[in-house]
Amino acid sequence: MNPFIEIITQPDNIAIVIMVILVSFFTVWAFQQAFQNDKLIAVGQPVDGENEGLVDTFKPLVRIELIIALAVMVFLTFWSIVVDAPLEEIANPTLTPNPAKAPWYFLGLQELLVYFDPWLAGVVLPSLIIVGLMAIPYIDINPKGNGYYSFEERKFAIITFSFGFFILWLLLIVIGVFFRGPGWLWYWPWQEWDHARVVFEPTRDFSTVFGIDSRSLPGFILGAIVVNGYLIGGMIAPYKYLKKKMPEFLKEFGMIRYIVTTSLFITMMSIPIKMVLRLVFLIKYIWITPWFNV
Amino acid sequence: MNNPTDIKERVKKNIIWKSIFRRDYRNTVRDRAQAIFGNVFLHLHPVQVREGAVKLRFTWGMGGITFFAFIILVITGVVLMFYYHPSVSQAYSDIKDLEFQVPFGVILRNLHRWGAHFMVIVVMIHMFRVFMTGSYKAPRQFNWGVGVILLVLTFMLSFTGYLTPWDQLGFWAITVGTNMGAATPLLGYQGPFSEFLHITPFNDVRFALLGGSRVADNALLRAYIWHCVAIPLVSVILMFVHFWRVRKDGGISKPHK
Ligand code: HEM
Repeated sequence: MNPFIEIITQPDNIAIVIMVILVSFFTVWAFQQAFQNDKLIAVGQPVDGENEGLVDTFKPLVRIELIIALAVMVFLTFWSIVVDAPLEEIANPTLTPNPAKAPWYFLGLQELLVYFDPWLAGVVLPSLIIVGLMAIPYIDINPKGNGYYSFEERKFAIITFSFGFFILWLLLIVIGVFFRGPGWLWYWPWQEWDHARVVFEPTRDFSTVFGIDSRSLPGFILGAIVVNGYLIGGMIAPYKYLKKKMPEFLKEFGMIRYIVTTSLFITMMSIPIKMVLRLVFLIKYIWITPWFNV
Repeated sequence: MNNPTDIKERVKKNIIWKSIFRRDYRNTVRDRAQAIFGNVFLHLHPVQVREGAVKLRFTWGMGGITFFAFIILVITGVVLMFYYHPSVSQAYSDIKDLEFQVPFGVILRNLHRWGAHFMVIVVMIHMFRVFMTGSYKAPRQFNWGVGVILLVLTFMLSFTGYLTPWDQLGFWAITVGTNMGAATPLLGYQGPFSEFLHITPFNDVRFALLGGSRVADNALLRAYIWHCVAIPLVSVILMFVHFWRVRKDGGISKPHK
């Protein structure tokens, strides 16, 4: 069978296919409504739902809930009749499968292990994702776009969230499920998995690019400058920019909110940066210390 | 006497019927309201809702679908518990029995497995909808936070369930996952700075998760209890906080300019 068909029809992967279909559908629906409302706002008309009255819960809402519940039940029953949940061989601690994959919704995090050490990819970044999500309502002080789909009124919020949601979360999951084979090597869906394949990728550290041993003192200092420079620069640069371009906003935003938002933002951006460094420049670590490597 | 309306009238006058439904339903304003607040399940709703709440395009019903997926998982999960022992010697063969011995065992297991995938998918879409409508903004900031915890709990429910069949898939997924615990800064034996706290493989986060230093009997028991008791309990409590807050925050959000 065509390896691509084989991969997407594996029982557990059907869920990912369903996810991609559902997410695409609802994304289009959300943005379509957002653009529609943007147009209405532009000409000063009320947005969808602004002048709505009340209806009785019984029966209109109760009825639609019942219909949705039945539809979900039918869908899951159909899925369960057509596809059987797999059961692999009994657990065997001496036989490590290759690749050993985490459950699909954690594959984005497993993918990060290519770019970051486990303490970052597996512990610090996931914790910051949770903290960051919870912080959203407190750092987004834009009063507009509350209770209706819109895009123009909250571009920065939507673009940032979408980048995290679609690229850093969903795309990495899809890559982890469909494009990663033995040894966590990249396989195109039409390629056979080859367990004997070894790819020798000579990675280097940041300072070695400049001929400095990354484990020497000068290498350590260079790494420290680059990493801390990124963190401090990332903290200060937007401040300077906002101070010049949007001083009233900065004032209203406040210092604490600024620091929290910027920390979360530069952490998030460190992921694509590290990916490019690794994939394009084959750089593994930027800063090697006796305690941890970044 | 034998025509259907007669029978209907008699049933409605019967003392058992009356004891259950208490009053007749006459499609008046009062009775429509009574139908909601007189019913313990329906009274989660307000008596009246915005027109938008009955149109699919705003919420997509996603929060409700997530909750319904959870109910299906609780029901199928409880039935599965009748057939399952959380021990290394029995778990795998219990699942095999579901496949070959238990009537409708395959469908039961499939429903639970695909229902779990489904819930994870729809909870993410629900979060996306809430974000896109800006419904986390005041006064709903707190409820968004409750939602984030529910999201994490949904992942945790699914993750702990992975180990229970005790097959290669679950065993290694849990091995990979809990190895991350070992990398926790300060508290995992491979994490940075852990040497300052004298952390070893026998007293770190991973050990606490597994009830040992490798994935074995204790880990299976822990996963099982987290999966079947502890996380569902916390989730149910938080779901009710979540629903309560949806109402206290003024119902489904509406354009607020
Ligand atoms: C087990 C998981 C969850 C369940 C069962 C659940 C259920 C619900 C339900 C039934 C509603 C009513 C409106 C609707 O259907 O959209 C709702 C609203 C809401 N949910 Fe969730 N939810 C869950 C997770 C989440 C998550 C992950 C978030 C966000 C991170 C979230 C944030 C909210 C907010 C802010 C509202 C109010 C929305 C509005 O007023 O328009 N919930 N939830």
